[in-house]
Amino acid sequence: MVMHMHEKKIIAPLTDDVVKTLRVGDNVLITGTIYTARDAAHKRLVDLLNAGKALPIPLKGQVIYYVGPAPAHPGKPIGPAGPTTSYRMNPYAPYLIEQGLKGMIGKGEMGENVAEAMKKHGAVYFAATGGAAALIARSIKHAEIVAYEDLGAEAIRKLEVENFPVVVAQDCYGGNIYKEGVAKYHIAS
Amino acid sequence: MREFDVKKITEAVKRLSMETNYFLGEDMVKALKASLDKEESPVGKSVLGQIIENQEIARTEQMAICQDTGFTVVFIDLGQDVHLTGGDLTEAVNEGVRQGYQEGYLRKSIVKDPLHRVNTGDNTPAVIHLRIVPGEKVHLTVAPKGGGSENMSEVQMLKPADGPEGVKNFVIDRVRRSGGNPCPPIVVGVGIGGTYETAALIAKRALLRELGQFNPDPYYAEMEKELLRAINRLGIGPMGLGGRVTALGVFIETYPCHIASLPIAVNIQCHAARHKSVVI
Ligand code: SF4
Repeated sequence: MVMHMHEKKIIAPLTDDVVKTLRVGDNVLITGTIYTARDAAHKRLVDLLNAGKALPIPLKGQVIYYVGPAPAHPGKPIGPAGPTTSYRMNPYAPYLIEQGLKGMIGKGEMGENVAEAMKKHGAVYFAATGGAAALIARSIKHAEIVAYEDLGAEAIRKLEVENFPVVVAQDCYGGNIYKEGVAKYHIAS
Repeated sequence: MREFDVKKITEAVKRLSMETNYFLGEDMVKALKASLDKEESPVGKSVLGQIIENQEIARTEQMAICQDTGFTVVFIDLGQDVHLTGGDLTEAVNEGVRQGYQEGYLRKSIVKDPLHRVNTGDNTPAVIHLRIVPGEKVHLTVAPKGGGSENMSEVQMLKPADGPEGVKNFVIDRVRRSGGNPCPPIVVGVGIGGTYETAALIAKRALLRELGQFNPDPYYAEMEKELLRAINRLGIGPMGLGGRVTALGVFIETYPCHIASLPIAVNIQCHAARHKSVVI
């Protein structure tokens, strides 16, 4: 059913060289290690940074997936796990990008402040298909809570992923599919 | 009069909480498949393909379509000749949610207080909309509602002078400003009239309609078609990545209103449009 278009395969964590090759509209399959975090975990991470304290996860080169998975069925590493809406992370993402975060995965457009940090420090924002939670869960081979277990679905998890399907939505050059893609298909009335 | 144990309500809510989250309605599946032909953007087509494949996986593996298994909204039309026994109706609904979300591996997404934000741990309480109707039956609908699309919804008090143009502009603009956030392709519930809260409630009830059904009033049926065409010209496309397929349906519901008012509400529904009814 899924269209087979040309896909770039990349390995996470990301290097600067890889980030630079990614352009708006690229179909990408991510394999490797990524971390999960939503609003509540972001707030804690940024509070720690502001207090000058150590973080529970590394940020250099890493990719954070904005997701709060459903509970895993017996025998599965994780439950359905589609992206959550990214604009809620606008107040936090620039701090993490400054610390070396190279990629974010979510749904919907990220703010100007985030786009600027991405340009300045070289980072990329990937869109995953919202609601495609059962499909995406198939590309997650292993999941383990590494921080903030008390947050339940919002705890930080370390994921091992294989060919996780995403699209480059905002790149390190300021490219933005939410503006360019929509302009392309907009019909003036 | 008919006696009726509230345990039946608990069982129905439990079962429907799971079924709505695992099985996308046939009308939605059909509309999503048909939209593949209309979509011109390659990225949009691939997103639609993923959405269709996803609901097939969820259906066969009996797992949630989306990890956001929603706020459990429950509509109950209670026949006035029904006498409920065996406990409290609200508690019976909440018990159904509790059991359904626990046994169904569904996510618990409700915090007890909007500012203190501690999770209740069992997805309760439900949001319950109760109507007393003639007869001795109970009509019950479970409609889990995700946060992403709910957050893009809005109520506005227009002036009567704003008229149909004001109404249409508000709906189109609300969808435009939502972009990819509510997981397009969306279904748009529109409530026009009533008081402030009625507009929102009828917009939500509108979302319970099946795709392909129109407002019985030809004037509003025409407006639904016109709004759908206008929304699909916006270019937002699947997941907001650009394309032709932004919405699969627009449902308008109306209610009489005050001589001074023109309330309008837009309740946006993502492609994980989950609702199912039973008559007990
Ligand atoms: S908006 Fe709907 S499809 Fe998208 S993440 Fe929320 S519940 Fe799932």
